[in-house]
Amino acid sequence: MADLQTAPISSTWAGGRSPFNVSYGKLMMWIFLLSDAFTFSSLLIGYGAIRFSYAGSSTPWPSPDLVFNHFPFMHGVHLPLLFVSLMTFILIFSSVTMVLAVEAGQRKSNKEVAKYMLLTILGGVAFLSCQAWEWTQFINEGGRLDSNMFNFTPEAYEKAKNLKLGDHVHFTAADHIPGPVPFASLFFIVTGFHGFHVFSGVIINLVIYLNVLRGTYARRGHYEMIEKVGLYWHFVDLVWVFVFTFYYLI
Amino acid sequence: MSTEIIKDTHAVEHHDSHGHDHHHHESFIRKYIFSTDHKMISKQFLITGIIMGCLGMGMSLLFRLQLAWPDESFPLIESLLGKWGKDGKIDPNYYMALVTIHGTIMVFYVLTAGLSGTFSNLLIPLQCGSRDMASPFMNMLSYWFFFISSVVLMSSFFVETGPASSGWTVYPPLSALEKAMPGSGLGTTLWLFAIILFIVSALLGGINYITTVLNMRTKGMSMSRLPLTIWAFLLTAILGLLSFPVLLGAGLLLLFDRSFGTSFYLSDIHLNGIGALSNSGGSPVLYQHLFWFLGHPEVYIILMPALGISSEVISTNARKPIFGYSAMVISLLGISFLSFIVWGHHMFITGMNPFLGTMFMYVTLIIAVPSAVKTFNYLATLWKGNIRFTPAMLFAIGLVSFFISGGLTGIYLGNAALDIQMHDSYFVVAHFHLVMGSSAIFGMFAGIYHWYPKMFGRMMNKTLGSLHFWLTFISAYLVFFPMHFMGLAGVPRRYYQFSLIPEFGIWMDVNILITVAALLGGVAQLLFLYNFFNSIWRGERATRNPWHSNTLEWSTDVKHIHGNWPGEIPTVYRGPHEYSRPDRELDYFPQYEKGNGEPDYYHAPSPADTSYDGKKEKASTVFFSSFAYLFMKRAKVRA
Repeated sequence: MADLQTAPISSTWAGGRSPFNVSYGKLMMWIFLLSDAFTFSSLLIGYGAIRFSYAGSSTPWPSPDLVFNHFPFMHGVHLPLLFVSLMTFILIFSSVTMVLAVEAGQRKSNKEVAKYMLLTILGGVAFLSCQAWEWTQFINEGGRLDSNMFNFTPEAYEKAKNLKLGDHVHFTAADHIPGPVPFASLFFIVTGFHGFHVFSGVIINLVIYLNVLRGTYARRGHYEMIEKVGLYWHFVDLVWVFVFTFYYLI
Repeated sequence: MSTEIIKDTHAVEHHDSHGHDHHHHESFIRKYIFSTDHKMISKQFLITGIIMGCLGMGMSLLFRLQLAWPDESFPLIESLLGKWGKDGKIDPNYYMALVTIHGTIMVFYVLTAGLSGTFSNLLIPLQCGSRDMASPFMNMLSYWFFFISSVVLMSSFFVETGPASSGWTVYPPLSALEKAMPGSGLGTTLWLFAIILFIVSALLGGINYITTVLNMRTKGMSMSRLPLTIWAFLLTAILGLLSFPVLLGAGLLLLFDRSFGTSFYLSDIHLNGIGALSNSGGSPVLYQHLFWFLGHPEVYIILMPALGISSEVISTNARKPIFGYSAMVISLLGISFLSFIVWGHHMFITGMNPFLGTMFMYVTLIIAVPSAVKTFNYLATLWKGNIRFTPAMLFAIGLVSFFISGGLTGIYLGNAALDIQMHDSYFVVAHFHLVMGSSAIFGMFAGIYHWYPKMFGRMMNKTLGSLHFWLTFISAYLVFFPMHFMGLAGVPRRYYQFSLIPEFGIWMDVNILITVAALLGGVAQLLFLYNFFNSIWRGERATRNPWHSNTLEWSTDVKHIHGNWPGEIPTVYRGPHEYSRPDRELDYFPQYEKGNGEPDYYHAPSPADTSYDGKKEKASTVFFSSFAYLFMKRAKVRA
């Protein structure tokens, strides 16, 4: 840091040093994330375009409140978006432990880095497990890549839209009719692509965690790798906020 | 803390490079195959690109034969294509496959990877003054993903149903329904996998290029002293980085549509009143939007490296500073930005809202401004220059010529109303083959002739080079210029045989002229191939700086070493275009040569710089204190 303050400002971009004062590895991670953001944007914008095309259609887009209203061990209770909120909480919490790991790395405390990395990995695994449960639930109820059975018959819809938090739900297969297919396929694609990122993140975190245990970074004298995987992890978290907003909340 | 890390990595690299030179002899595999040296990777990209280019051009010659002499039988076609060329005539489905793969190869494999991959890899570390790319390992991966991608694409020629045949844009539903045509089967799946691998390669390369340019320039190499090649490669990499992921998303959805029964791109298709699809609900126009969000920046991904190369080549060989360096940089920036917001001009007739079409038309036509800035700057650089007509210079001037003649028709096509008549006609074919096909390939040839001594340590034959230029130049105009007239008369592209349609019969002579010219162009490329491969072993040995050029790459030894410079990396003292300075005897002034009495930019910032900083500080003080004053005044009024 001292270097930055004493050097004349005009030399920031004059070569011989990093203009952003970062190592090439961290810069690469930032650039990769920028690019990955565009991949997610393409999927989310595609989602938006398809969903918008159903506005005013005779087969409307199913209301997420009435689809994602299950919770483990609470069978038959209407709990809209409660489970996915829990998932969001878990993922954001794992971001918090990641921040703590980065901070511990800056203090060069190997033990604490290991502790918080482990917690982050556990958070990631918990999120993936929740997603597995949610996918199972979704598939059991008739969601497939090529079909969507979440739309209600007009009579059932009258009942469904008046449901309140905690009400008992008793709909049968007869109450459901086929709806827009892209609803189900986009669910699998968008959450699947995000889940794939979380999965890769967990694997990467695991590798880093093992390196921490072996003392690789303590010997190296800095914990920059933690910061790099931290960037990736926060990005995955941020993307989930958008998925959650656009797919579940709206 | 981070600064220390950076210094450390530099030191480590430095150390490595020495280690390699003195103690360690590399195995064949490490040196030529899985090399992490950017100069070797650049040669790998170039040679793969040349092979792909020969295949792509060969395909175009085959379908040109078909267009010129549709009723003739060519034994060559039967022996090459087997069941697809029965009786010496190309099967109509296979004609589509050839057109598709010709486009894919030329756009992605030759003019994106072959051009950008070769010259970004060669020149970014050498011209910026760094020992290698930021991550040499990722750089190696980038080449090998590209290589596997090429193999996957070419392997589609060996599947029973033939390669993808829905055009290089692989529009659904033709590409989404496996039974739509023979090529829509396994061929299209392979195409998609090849492109996904290609995107991974482009991403790995792009991240490396950007990071190296931003982070690893040598002392004194400020952004305003970067050669224009580097600016072009940097912006090209940024374009690729932001647009290829969108194609990845589009390809992913298409793959699901094809293989897993989703319907992102499939809306109702009815045959004899019966729905032909088991499900629907998407829109093929969505694919077009996603595709062209890549597709339009892709045009500039192809073109900008060629423009950067020609800027350097023209300035060096006209022995003049490039006219308007900052204008050149700003116009590149302008083109890069605009390229992201004009994709709709490929889709004027998809039923788009006319208001939206008008907006796309305006931004499209605005691209003419930075393009014209570049053109006039090239011309002004040539004006009264002390021009040396090396083959590289000829090709660079050729680029300017094609950039003008092809660019002008872009103004016609960018017009939403005119496009109704001209879209999907030979006018479009003529336009993009001139403005991005020919001009980019001429830029690539200029780069090859110019940096050949740097790559292989030998010179290419000048006479053969000039002959290659003139034959290619004449044949390119003879091939593509008549297509404008065909297109204006309404001749559609992608048709297999025009002699069946009486209205188009009058164009048969023109078709023959075009094919003969294309064959001439093919012969010219044989000259190039001979010159290129012969010179690797038998060319005249190159000197260190054969073109008397200013840029940093010519300060390295002719013989390649790991780490580029045996000792310290040279410091840069001035911009890249100090040619023919009146106060110097030599007509060039290398960036790395310390001048007499000039301020040493890095070590002692000039007084002008310091006073500028002071002014800025003062200005911001005034700015913020006036804010504070206003705030307090308001607070008083309220009180």
